[in-house]
Amino acid sequence: MTENTSTSNAWPLWEVFVRASRGLSHVHAGSLHAPDATMALRNARDLYTRRNEGTSVWVVPAEAIAASDPDSKGGFFESAQGKSYRHATYYQQSEGVPHL
Amino acid sequence: MSFATNDSATKQSAGVAITAEEIAESGSTASEAVANYAVQLGDDALMLGQRLSWWISRAPELEEDIALGNIALDLVGHARFFLTYAGTAWGKTEDQLAYLRDEEEFRSARLVEAENGDFAKTIARQLYYSFYSYELYTRLVDSKDETLSAIANKALKEVLYHQDHAAVWLNRLGLGTEESARRMQAGLDELWPYVGELFYDDENTAELAGQGIAVLPSSLEEPTLERITRAITEAGLEVPTSPTARGLDRSGATSEWRGYILAEMQVLARRYPEAQW
Repeated sequence: MTENTSTSNAWPLWEVFVRASRGLSHVHAGSLHAPDATMALRNARDLYTRRNEGTSVWVVPAEAIAASDPDSKGGFFESAQGKSYRHATYYQQSEGVPHL
Repeated sequence: MSFATNDSATKQSAGVAITAEEIAESGSTASEAVANYAVQLGDDALMLGQRLSWWISRAPELEEDIALGNIALDLVGHARFFLTYAGTAWGKTEDQLAYLRDEEEFRSARLVEAENGDFAKTIARQLYYSFYSYELYTRLVDSKDETLSAIANKALKEVLYHQDHAAVWLNRLGLGTEESARRMQAGLDELWPYVGELFYDDENTAELAGQGIAVLPSSLEEPTLERITRAITEAGLEVPTSPTARGLDRSGATSEWRGYILAEMQVLARRYPEAQW
């Protein structure tokens, strides 16, 4: 980005994560534009917690998120298919083990 | 209604807060004096809400559209509470008071009636008004009038955010570029003469303050200005020194803008009386 870039449309993108209540994880709610982290939090409050959705909000610069490549789906996610031994249901319950 | 009934450990409820409808149905009736005080507070909120709503679709960014729209709606909400309560004294609804009163019957301050100007001027007004109303509501919660106290309690939570929004922008514009600082300073200077009107003790309000019902406006001047001064200084700007504008009685006799706001705000209700939608 050069110094001359118009500032009016140059607010960076932020990803917003909202935690609905204690004990739950922050969940991705959407994104927004803001000039800095403080303003991003204010905007997130206005955009994503209007109906009491949250008890906590995180904002993360969108460019700081490394994402998996949608085209490499096969190697990335599908190799887990058929590996039923990775699931607890694969295993037989041993006899005589209480409370399992 | 109890706060516990709708709560769940895992889900957020809509929450419980006072509504204008509850005030209308509560059966509590304002006295003439209390109603006149409530009109004053309600008119300030209504006029500023109307002014701010102009920014929707016009703010610098979509996100700011929503922020100003939220604040405008909060303020219209405060106006609904106060005008609904005032209306109980005269058998009038909030709509009758908002839409069918004439210019000289309003009691809003010129600060909230002034034109929006650029974004910096709007932020200057948000700074002055939100800091003032924060001081006002923190004291009005102790009012001996239960309804005024309940309204103040609800409004206070919202005004806390309005203050924060104004202060954050004041800082960014004041410490931003040369141009943003120039505009922010110009906005602060232009509106400064109208701040004094917020602290004027009219006879009715002074009497109610003596009874522990109203907050004496002049008692808010020092705490409000002290915090405004600090905020402006922290933003690297100058605290204006121009004198207060003449005409402090909120009568509208010296207001340049009130009639224009009402013309736009009231046109629908006056052209189609009792319209429902």
